[in-house]
Amino acid sequence: MERQVVQRAKEAFLSGRARGLEFRLQQLHALQSMITEKETEICTALKQDINRSQYDTPLLELIGIENEIKLAIEKIAEWTAPRPVEKNLLTISDEVYVQPEPLGVVLIIGAWNYPWALTLLPLIGAIAAGNAAVVKPSELSECSSLLLRALLPRYLDKDLYPVVMGGAAETQELLRLRFDHVFYTGSSAVGKLVMEAAARHLTPVTLELGGKSPCYIDKDCDIRVACRRITWGKFVNCGQTCIAPDYILCEPCIQSRVIECIRRTLLEFYGADPKCSADYSRIINQRHFTRIMSLMEGYTPVVGGQSDPSQCYIAPTVLKDVPPHSRLMQEEIFGPVLPIVTVSDMDDAINFINEREKPLALYIFCSNKKEAKRMIEETTSGGVTVNDVMMHYSLSSLPFGGVGQSGMGSYHGKHTFERLSHHRACMLRSLNMESVNLARYPPQDRVSWKTGRLCLLRTRMRQSCP
Amino acid sequence: MSAPAAGEKMESQSQMVARLRATFRSGVTVPEEFRRTQLTGLMSMIKDNEDQITDALHRDLAKPKFEAVLSEIEIVLNELYHSISNLARWMQPEYVSKSLATKLDDCFIRREPLGVVLIIGPWNYPLQLLILPLISAIAAGNCVVIKPSEVSGATEGLVAELIPKYLSQDCYTVACGGAEETKALLENRFDRIFYTGSQAVARSVVQAASVHLTPVTLELGGKCPCLIYGRINITAAARRLVWAKYFNAGQSCVAPDYLLCTKAIRDALVPALREVLEEFYGKEPKESPDVSRIVSDRHWTRLMELLKKTAGTVVVGGEANREDKYIAPTVVVDLQEDDALMGQEIFGPILPILTVETLEEGIDFINRKEKPLALYVFSDESSVVKTVMENTSSGGFCSNDAIIHMTLPSLPFGGVGMSGWGSYHGRWGFEEFSHRRACMLRGWALERLNGLRYPPYSSEKLKWLRWTTSPHSCSIM
Repeated sequence: MERQVVQRAKEAFLSGRARGLEFRLQQLHALQSMITEKETEICTALKQDINRSQYDTPLLELIGIENEIKLAIEKIAEWTAPRPVEKNLLTISDEVYVQPEPLGVVLIIGAWNYPWALTLLPLIGAIAAGNAAVVKPSELSECSSLLLRALLPRYLDKDLYPVVMGGAAETQELLRLRFDHVFYTGSSAVGKLVMEAAARHLTPVTLELGGKSPCYIDKDCDIRVACRRITWGKFVNCGQTCIAPDYILCEPCIQSRVIECIRRTLLEFYGADPKCSADYSRIINQRHFTRIMSLMEGYTPVVGGQSDPSQCYIAPTVLKDVPPHSRLMQEEIFGPVLPIVTVSDMDDAINFINEREKPLALYIFCSNKKEAKRMIEETTSGGVTVNDVMMHYSLSSLPFGGVGQSGMGSYHGKHTFERLSHHRACMLRSLNMESVNLARYPPQDRVSWKTGRLCLLRTRMRQSCP
Repeated sequence: MSAPAAGEKMESQSQMVARLRATFRSGVTVPEEFRRTQLTGLMSMIKDNEDQITDALHRDLAKPKFEAVLSEIEIVLNELYHSISNLARWMQPEYVSKSLATKLDDCFIRREPLGVVLIIGPWNYPLQLLILPLISAIAAGNCVVIKPSEVSGATEGLVAELIPKYLSQDCYTVACGGAEETKALLENRFDRIFYTGSQAVARSVVQAASVHLTPVTLELGGKCPCLIYGRINITAAARRLVWAKYFNAGQSCVAPDYLLCTKAIRDALVPALREVLEEFYGKEPKESPDVSRIVSDRHWTRLMELLKKTAGTVVVGGEANREDKYIAPTVVVDLQEDDALMGQEIFGPILPILTVETLEEGIDFINRKEKPLALYVFSDESSVVKTVMENTSSGGFCSNDAIIHMTLPSLPFGGVGMSGWGSYHGRWGFEEFSHRRACMLRGWALERLNGLRYPPYSSEKLKWLRWTTSPHSCSIM
């Protein structure tokens, strides 16, 4: 079944209709209409999947999608145009440029935590770049996936952008087929399998994975504001965000103040009983609920800790003095549990971070700009936000992606277009000016050899002038 | 394995990788001055040892001195000059356009080194295809394990001898060996693997890389088609074609693999090719110092098998000598799409010419095959060139010439589909070996603006949020 869908998408791509700019614009406008007209249905689906509040969905997903569509519509002519490059003496009279081209059929595998953003943002780039795309939303966000499957064919070209449903087995089947690019968002464990499967067909991949994103709070910063921002980022979507601050690093002397500020902020955001707040989400399913609860085994939280398995509810929870080797610190939490690990100073924090896998995001709260920059320079991560969390995700001119175990490739805005295009090097010469070429032909007696060398030397000297 | 000092135990592969990783962690490769010093050292290495280099290349491939200078020395020096003079600029943070919500923030992209990278080189341009990626890897601030091809043994030995003399031994190591050693090397964890070679081996490289989630660059091959159509200056075309096809005895990943043209063009082309071949290599190409040899017995046999199996007719060349690993510049005509010569990348001095009646037929023929590393069109009619370009895809494209497009460092060099992933040369190489880290530095002010995103939510807050995060809102300011 999947085979037929993919075959149809291939044929539709080969027919050439996805290439024309008008067509791509029309599809993008249609996608825009879908988001605008169906906002209520989309919010309802997310409420059913994850108890997402009706404000969180536009905030976290829909506004971003709309902005990306608007950007693509505005910029597509510029992005698809040939890009002339610097020439040397040998090529001075040639047309030399880079031409972005579609790759073909892209497979987009979405995730359940932001089911709309994580499938549609890559799709926007795929359409803008002139590709066909097979969209495979996550089966865990069931209502959203069913809605996507119902809506997309009503607004977009059915053959070029089909939606395929299913779980692990169906995804494995899909990955046996040949695509021109596979765009996967999810866990590192599955990311490895995706890359391995794609290797069979030599298909390039983009992997948006996860990991533990550290959040360092310097003792000399505005702790109150820092904690407001961190609290928002950690507990939105019930902590189920790949770039949520996973854990806090701070000096022991400010730990109590941090806890107190978080407690106060939680009260402000969700009230005395977050379970009753319309703005607080739930864990996606029992399996993840059990997983997160078991991470906390043996520790007493200083904030929260309450849970209700019947609702997959876990209260916003904070733990202090967490040992670095605890289970809580071994895997990505992906839930509303915030461990605090104490470090002696910024250097200690830097070493702590560098001993671990490269994270998707790094957060640094520090009033000293120079020190913050030093921390950036002495660490690495997919992205970094200083004095806030997650915001680097929201600016589409910044590439969003991981490094090392947190992923490969990046997207958002123009970066999605670039990632899902082939940059073809083009050189258009004429058959005239053959005398310039003569130096490179055999037979190579001493005279012409020296001339040939000189010709290239001239090229080089020209290039080394600033 | 790197050469041990007298009395020292041979370092194992994993020890070597661990050592390079420790060096990388120390941060020594990051400053611009260090990278520039290493690149300058590499330049001295090439300039000081030109004779040894051309000699090694001659021993490996009977590479004519001029070819060696052009395609292995000059191109490397060019890239070095280009990288050294642009390095500071490439390393600068790139400031990006902002939205209203981020107007007061520092938003930029930082290029960072990846860590310890592995470069696996091929045998056909054993210096160029190893050193060009090495230049980019060094420029980007990485430590490098350099794995030259054992098939071009003399160059492998020279590289292993010279690199430690000119570059920092703590940061850059040469690892020698064959398939077994490479397989073992790939079990280690790297931060990028850069592989130039065949599709078959590429698959196992990617599979090994997937275990560690290591990104890869694949510079592969395939059959590069050359379409000749419409009005054409046959002599000029023949000259460029012969140069590109028979350079390095056809053992170039971007050599025109086969020709497609009408019968009329073919009938005019064959005598033109014959004439140019004589002009270039004389009546006895075997005696010409400008003709290379096939790299190994195995490849010579492979090519001779193709000549034996072809259903086509040899109209030029065909002579061969096993001892010398010599195959004359050869042209074959009257063959079909399913011929033995069309079943694999030729990678030798044999040029099949297939005929088509129309341009469409030629384009369909090309599109029935995998996307090639390079695609060539010879025509005086720009509409022909445009039509082919718009209806095909390939790593690179060049009209009215061949190979030369990959000598310009401002163009990305790489494949698409089965011909590869990623690209390099010039800035493209620097980017390929870097991580682009998104950085946003915010202040403490505007907490009220931030407050729009906090619960408890309201539709009023949402309206404001829409406005501040729009990419257009900065135009209001």
